[in-house]
Amino acid sequence: MSLREALASGKFVITAEVAPGKGTEVEHLLEDAAVIKERVDAVNVTDLQSSVMRLGSMAFSHLLTEIGVDPVFQVTCRDRNCLALQSDLLSAWALGIKNVLALTGDHPVLGDHPKARPVFELDSVSLLDVIGKLNSGVDMVGNELKGTPDFLAGAVVNPGADNEAAMDLQIMKMESKIEAGAKFFQTQGVYDLDAFEKFMKRIEGLDTKVLVGIILLKSVGMARFMNKNVSGVFVPEPFVQEIKAAEDKAQASKDIAVRLIKGMKDLCDGVHIMALGWESKIPAILDEVGI
Amino acid sequence: MIIVERKSLEALEEMTKDCGRLLVLGCETCSAMCLAGGRRQVAELASAIRMERKMSQNQDEVIEDAIARQCESEFIDHVKDRVAGCDAVLSLACGAGVQTMAHTFPDVLILPAVDTKFIGSEAERGVWKEMCMACGDCVLGRTAGICPVTRCAKGLLNGACGGASEGKCEVGKERPCAWQEIYHALKRLNMLHYLKEKPQVKNWPVHPGKVVREDLREGEATTGD
Repeated sequence: MSLREALASGKFVITAEVAPGKGTEVEHLLEDAAVIKERVDAVNVTDLQSSVMRLGSMAFSHLLTEIGVDPVFQVTCRDRNCLALQSDLLSAWALGIKNVLALTGDHPVLGDHPKARPVFELDSVSLLDVIGKLNSGVDMVGNELKGTPDFLAGAVVNPGADNEAAMDLQIMKMESKIEAGAKFFQTQGVYDLDAFEKFMKRIEGLDTKVLVGIILLKSVGMARFMNKNVSGVFVPEPFVQEIKAAEDKAQASKDIAVRLIKGMKDLCDGVHIMALGWESKIPAILDEVGI
Repeated sequence: MIIVERKSLEALEEMTKDCGRLLVLGCETCSAMCLAGGRRQVAELASAIRMERKMSQNQDEVIEDAIARQCESEFIDHVKDRVAGCDAVLSLACGAGVQTMAHTFPDVLILPAVDTKFIGSEAERGVWKEMCMACGDCVLGRTAGICPVTRCAKGLLNGACGGASEGKCEVGKERPCAWQEIYHALKRLNMLHYLKEKPQVKNWPVHPGKVVREDLREGEATTGD
């Protein structure tokens, strides 16, 4: 079943995420994807995440189609102007890629080429608008296409915005994204059930699908790093202590993920699991949740 | 105004050491307001260069002056005789001033004494902030007078990116998120609905820019470019 069919079916949708590395080595990532292939509806491929130069999202998304995985091609507006973005979208379609996640992208200052020139000519909202135009058979200036894609477009939202202004801005932008054509949302990693419930209540009535983001906690250091550096992600102290006290960190991480998914699965339409190399642990987590 | 910052004295001494008779020329508008290139800074710089020349037995004279704006020929005319008597001019004007001088005096070496930083204003004593990128397509009317093109690190037009933390930009903790500032300003004006417009895409101008006002050009020959 493709991601589009899964979303339309009303089932609880499961997606995961892989991140190409720096270099041409792709075998181990393909193995990671193969392990979860039968258990997920789609696999996102990140686009130079954290502004670190890596192998590209389009190439790896295409490689996923070859092993029978439905990829979600993540596209940021950081590195390409509107010509390159539109061209890459057409190229992706020609390579068998049917889902796009439209993102603004991190600033290059955060990555390993901090002096790189940022582009951001489009942003997540205008990119979704452009995807809609391509889907309708024209480019963003209205020129007709010969051969038209039919992308399923999605976007992200951060339920953990840390003040009222940030939250209002997130929700207004979410509405703009839906108007611009986003059919599904994958959220930033969530660890706070109450905050997520409140968020879902606030967006009640919006015509879209929400897949809650779960980031597997791999260590205490990772939790502390995210709390300090990743906007909108907050790992509560009890989770940090649970990982700290556990002899088997991987088991503790799985237990936390299971509890989070169980707690949120009735609030939303699916889950997006960011395993960060621990893809092999995803099937056991899903078994335990019973999905 | 145009915000400038003077280059280091060492760099300027190196730049001017072999250039002969030198005019240090201030610019009394923006550069003066930045306390970088007005008459007082000209006097300080000229005497420092004279001192350096004296110590290195360089006999070439260093003279000084300042005009209202080096970017306007009307004011440049006031110093044309002094410039003509020099081998080089060390200009404390912005890039536009230096280039207008170089265009006016093609036989004289015009050297920049300042780095042109941005269009901005003084935020507090000794602190200047960038406010405008001269993008040529002003959006301030729907962003409550706060420019997202300049003050959002990504120049986003359709709202916040979500990377801010505690109201600060992901690029640096000392930078406020411009979109949160816009949000508060629009809310105060009861104009938050401005954030719900159709997706905006910026029209980027081709550089170098040129503005032509035909109504002012009656009887003038059109420029070549």
